[in-house]
Amino acid sequence: MEHIVIIGNGISGVTAARHIRKLSNKKITIISAESDYFFSRTALMYVYMGHMKFEHTKPYEDWFWEKNRIDLKKGFVETIDTDTKTLHFSDGEKLDYDTLIIATGSKPNKFGWKGQDLKGVQGLYSKQDLENLELYAPNNKTCKRAVIVGGGLIGIELAEMLNSRNIPVTFLVRESSFWNGVLPDGESDMINRHIKNHHIDLRLSSNLKEIISDENGKVKSIIIEETNEEINCDFVGLTAGVSPNIDFIKHSDIETNEGVLVNRFLETNIPNVYAIGDCAEQREAIGNRKSIEAVWYTGRMMGEVLAQTICGHKMTYNPGHWFNSAKFFDIEYQTYGWVHGTKGKPDYEAHVHWKHDDDTKCITIAFNKNTNQFLGINTLGIRMRHEVFDRLLTEKRDIGYVINHLSEANFDPEFYKHYEQDIQNAYKNQLQIV
Amino acid sequence: MSNKLNQSMSLAKPDAQDLSAKQKIALAIGFTGCFILVLALFNTDFSNKSLFLTLSIALIAVGTIIFSNDAYLNTSKGIKNDGIWFKSISSKGVVGWLIGVLLTLFYIVLYFYPKYLGLTSNGESNTGLIALFDPLSDLLSSRPASQWFVYGTLYTVAILIFGYKFMLKYRNNRHEKLRTISVMFFQLAFAFLIPELMYRLNSDLPYYDLKSIWPLNYYNFERYRINQFIDAGDVGLGLLIFGIASILIITPILTYKYGKRWYCSWVCGCGALAETAGDPYRQLSDKRQIAWKIERWVVHSVLVFVVLMTTAVIYTYLGNDASKYWLTRKVFLLLVSTLLSLVFILTMIFKRKELGKDARYGAIGYFVIIITLIGLHYFSTDTKLFLFKSETLRTTYAFLIGSIFSGVIGTGFYPIFGSRVWCRFGCPMAAILGFQQRLFSKFRITTNGGQCISCGNCSTYCEMGIDVRAYAQKGENIVRSSCVGCGICSAVCPRGVLKLENGSMKGRINPTEILLGNDVNLMDLVNQK
Ligand SMILES: Cc1cc2nc3c(=O)[nH]c(=O)nc-3n(C[C@H](O)[C@H](O)[C@H](O)COP(=O)(O)OP(=O)(O)OC[C@H]3O[C@@H](n4cnc5c(N)ncnc54)[C@H](O)[C@@H]3O)c2cc1C
Ligand code: SF4
Ligand code: SF4
Repeated sequence: MEHIVIIGNGISGVTAARHIRKLSNKKITIISAESDYFFSRTALMYVYMGHMKFEHTKPYEDWFWEKNRIDLKKGFVETIDTDTKTLHFSDGEKLDYDTLIIATGSKPNKFGWKGQDLKGVQGLYSKQDLENLELYAPNNKTCKRAVIVGGGLIGIELAEMLNSRNIPVTFLVRESSFWNGVLPDGESDMINRHIKNHHIDLRLSSNLKEIISDENGKVKSIIIEETNEEINCDFVGLTAGVSPNIDFIKHSDIETNEGVLVNRFLETNIPNVYAIGDCAEQREAIGNRKSIEAVWYTGRMMGEVLAQTICGHKMTYNPGHWFNSAKFFDIEYQTYGWVHGTKGKPDYEAHVHWKHDDDTKCITIAFNKNTNQFLGINTLGIRMRHEVFDRLLTEKRDIGYVINHLSEANFDPEFYKHYEQDIQNAYKNQLQIV
Repeated sequence: MSNKLNQSMSLAKPDAQDLSAKQKIALAIGFTGCFILVLALFNTDFSNKSLFLTLSIALIAVGTIIFSNDAYLNTSKGIKNDGIWFKSISSKGVVGWLIGVLLTLFYIVLYFYPKYLGLTSNGESNTGLIALFDPLSDLLSSRPASQWFVYGTLYTVAILIFGYKFMLKYRNNRHEKLRTISVMFFQLAFAFLIPELMYRLNSDLPYYDLKSIWPLNYYNFERYRINQFIDAGDVGLGLLIFGIASILIITPILTYKYGKRWYCSWVCGCGALAETAGDPYRQLSDKRQIAWKIERWVVHSVLVFVVLMTTAVIYTYLGNDASKYWLTRKVFLLLVSTLLSLVFILTMIFKRKELGKDARYGAIGYFVIIITLIGLHYFSTDTKLFLFKSETLRTTYAFLIGSIFSGVIGTGFYPIFGSRVWCRFGCPMAAILGFQQRLFSKFRITTNGGQCISCGNCSTYCEMGIDVRAYAQKGENIVRSSCVGCGICSAVCPRGVLKLENGSMKGRINPTEILLGNDVNLMDLVNQK
């Protein structure tokens, strides 16, 4: 029987395994060095904040795997020998495969800062990171101040986490405004204010120069590049993005760049070896997407597609309209289609922006100023229906149509106030100005 | 720059894990109020009972209000679950167990040893805790308090003060606030004030909490009550008819339109206590599949039990002689069997596919009842049904379900099994409404395309132990008989994936394999098998 081996028990690997099981009787083994069972990485923050226990992060009960005949193996793969189709583990064990799926995810970026490997300095990615965080920042007595380096989605989650334990946080953000490489200015500004409202010491346009050690090899302070200011701290969170976790693959025959290189079928250069999820790099980016997509949904979708290919129904990875979501402290964020921040914005893209007076809700709708075609929407503090925007994008509606059909898309709980009228007015006013 | 740093360091924020000074004071105030009750319990003779009763309740209320204000009003609007699993009280720690034991003891005394609360027999005046409540009872209905009056008052107070706390906790969420105002209102007006005032107006009427519907008030059709209803004239008859219409006509219609939440989360008193005082424990409900299996067996057995018990009780006080009154034993049994058969046959015709394996269990339940009913007719004498007295059946139900399950376990075990143990495992009303909701309702929880990140907040905070995530991560609507529509899963979801909605019956149940956002062809291929 064909033996499918999957390295990585994250969302990508597990989705692939589940769908292969649905479609076939092949033998499946999932390998991970991180945890015995699949857990939801996105929920790590809630464990530290006391909203959940670690066991709640497991989407399937422990009996699920045996029942579905998916073998789980704990171990760290050190080398892949694609000639003999063998995996070598760090403890000397070996495992043969017929088909290999690489789904090894990401690791936090470290940009060679001085002191980046000190005790109390870490990223937030794995279960082990969570355990270390608990060790170095359990409360505001052990950790009198924490510094977070890197203003992305994980950085702001880490700020919220530490804040929940009343640990004072200094948040170093390289950009002039939070996440403005992605968010348009109005939204980014609003989030800046929201972060400060949560008593975070937000430092924009600030880079890390170096991390200074105490006599025990633990972090004592950091220095800011721009001002040379020294900030005492007991914990440094490095959250300046992630990159594919593929060091162990580099000396195999599998072709890599930043990630494992794959074509649209998610095939690597070696037959019967595939890569999906955070660690895969498309040889050619798809549409507006990045060639490495490090989000939950894309990992899941690649798993869904690859299962088809492996089970005899060969398909390209051909994702539909882009969508994503996040939460900035109390403000939920959803995006459908493409809305660019000032930096990467194409010439033809124009925006309609509306913000509520309470400073916790706003939306930005992007359209093509030449054709009026709807391009995408960012919504903060208001929930919207994925299905509706997916349809509007497919139907290539124009901006006026979208504005008039916003109420269809509202997904806030019943009895919530609606703002479609305000948004329509904002649209009309902004049109007049333009 | 460093100035800024100091500023943010000096800001006092409420601690997520430890109690703030203000919260400690608030607790002290609240406990002082409780202490007055304890003193009364041990027969301290308060000369001015009205004063001390008022003082006690006021202190408890003020303590809770100060505590809640301090805990929530100083923070931004949003989800307030920080530290829930670190606190002893809400994570089955020592404090949790202690509260569980105390509550359980209270219920045991209340149901089985009310004399320790101060209930006296032979018309002597009350003593102890119950006596403390005499002035209030006198004010409302001009009669001395009973243990049930004391319980009702404390119950109502609990819903009001913890309802306030709940509304602050979820003050970002209008749905939760409205729902809580609703349960607070129904408890105060319908369960507490109106029955007392009704008694005042017409003391022949039986105590009737209008929002309590059979089988929740399983005693509603017992002989003494029927006699009371009938003796009370037109009003009584009206109430009796209302009681029957509630379960046969009103509930199916409302559940069809809004799901069982119209009752369980907006009206019901048990639900009200679970949602307010029980809120700190909602995350303790068991989410494992095995718990779901047990739940279905237990709750449906209770339903079968209550149907049989009620039928038997009514059966025994009916006559055999059709010339005296049209509703004879035979006619009654025929009516009941016809009704049940109708429900069963219609369900099997229209919903067989949806039910799947559950159809078999439904059939088993149905046949147990029908065969028992036939047995009832052929093997019963005037006083005995089979070998039992119907009275035995009734008292067994009252003891096992009415007292032990709904009170002692249902509320006493909040801190151990979560806040809706009774609603989930024991309530026959929930079973009926759940059946309606699963099969004939517009209600569902819609999932938002492909947005779920499988984080598990929804499942963790579902008080009914529903594994919401299992549906959400497949993009599948949640249509579950046990869902009481509290809306908390939707509230705590960090990605805006869940929405409680009433929509069309078509496409309500939508199992999918591939979620929205992926290749359109792939979705078509896999989902439209
Ligand atoms: C804190 C945090 C919050 C996030 N929040 C969101 C969010 O809200 N929305 C969103 O879309 N995305 C979010 N993400 C990103 C998302 O979690 C990832 O994109 C996703 O988990 C990637 O899944 P994956 O299956 O590709 O890899 P992973 O989940 O990283 O799984 C890879 C597994 O492979 C194991 N592994 C690697 N190498 C080896 C080896 N040599 N031998 C054995 N095992 C190995 C790893 O230990 C790991 O367990 C978040 C990420 C983090 C860290
Ligand atoms: S599924 Fe959601 S709405 Fe239903 S009971 Fe559970 S938490 Fe409440
Ligand atoms: S529905 Fe929301 S709360 Fe539930 S697992 Fe998905 S993202 Fe998390």
